[in-house]
Amino acid sequence: MTGPDPASDTKRKPGLWLWLPLGLFVAFFALVFIGLVRPASRDIASQMIGKPLPEFSLQPIAQDRPGLTRADFTTGKPRLLNVFASWCIPCAVEAPQLAELARQGVEIEGVAIRDRPEDLDAFLKQNGNPYKAIGSDPTSSIQLAIGSAGVPETFVIDGKGVIRYQHIGDIQPDQVGLILDKLKEAGQ
Amino acid sequence: MIRRLVLTLAAFSATLGTAPAFADDSLPPAPYAYTQLPDPAQEAKAQALMETLRCLVCQGQSIADSDASLAGDMRNIVRTRIAAGESPEQIRQWLIDRYGQYVSYKPVLTADTWPLYAAPVLFLLVAALLLRGRFRRARAGETGETTEGEGA
Repeated sequence: MTGPDPASDTKRKPGLWLWLPLGLFVAFFALVFIGLVRPASRDIASQMIGKPLPEFSLQPIAQDRPGLTRADFTTGKPRLLNVFASWCIPCAVEAPQLAELARQGVEIEGVAIRDRPEDLDAFLKQNGNPYKAIGSDPTSSIQLAIGSAGVPETFVIDGKGVIRYQHIGDIQPDQVGLILDKLKEAGQ
Repeated sequence: MIRRLVLTLAAFSATLGTAPAFADDSLPPAPYAYTQLPDPAQEAKAQALMETLRCLVCQGQSIADSDASLAGDMRNIVRTRIAAGESPEQIRQWLIDRYGQYVSYKPVLTADTWPLYAAPVLFLLVAALLLRGRFRRARAGETGETTEGEGA
């Protein structure tokens, strides 16, 4: 690049090549800027969609709710599996939306990740308890087995125990309809 | 300038959809999160595998490096399964079946990654062609002036 062929130097115009480094720099700058303004999603989607839930049996953790087993998801009616924890702040943000879903007749089962009974009871007292059953997952084993990478996450499970949809992050007020649609789809 | 950069960074972190990584639980770590397996050979296998598995919370780190509780729970699963006689590749596949190829740092040849392997070969090929053209011209010239280009 530094020493062009002297023979062709007189014939070829260097004009366009002169702009190349600047062009590359602008392109690089734009790439970095776009990366800053619109960062790529860090969500990790579960690969278990369309696959049956693994066999599991979780101990109860809440005072007045039974534990959770796989059999709870094979009753013929689609339901939600909500992965949550009392120490998770977005889970509290999500609570009104879960309450609304429960009010509309949706059955919600909870998996409490790495939680203590006293913390969980305080959380449910403060944020409401939309769950039919809550299983305790103190080592994230079920969470890992269904491909969930964080809390909260909500899975739509059809009546046969097959995972049909994964919602990553808290369910926002305008996403309640989406969850209802996915439940309806799973019921067909 | 720095203020603006800080503001941009703040805006950047605010746009991240889920931010559960900052809250953490208070439960003690899983049995094999920070405890090595009694058998050194098994522990070595588990350690080698853990260094090539991505932490799902601190996504630039391996689960061997991360102190996130989910990483601890993943180490617990790796060590428990190694102790039960599973091979490291079986465990890697178990995780890939759940989280996709992203969870593994081990490079593999797939439809997405083949350009990474093909590009160096392609560049070498192009370089060889360019050089051949250059050497030919230099030889054809045979005068003192053209040898100057050889240093490039």
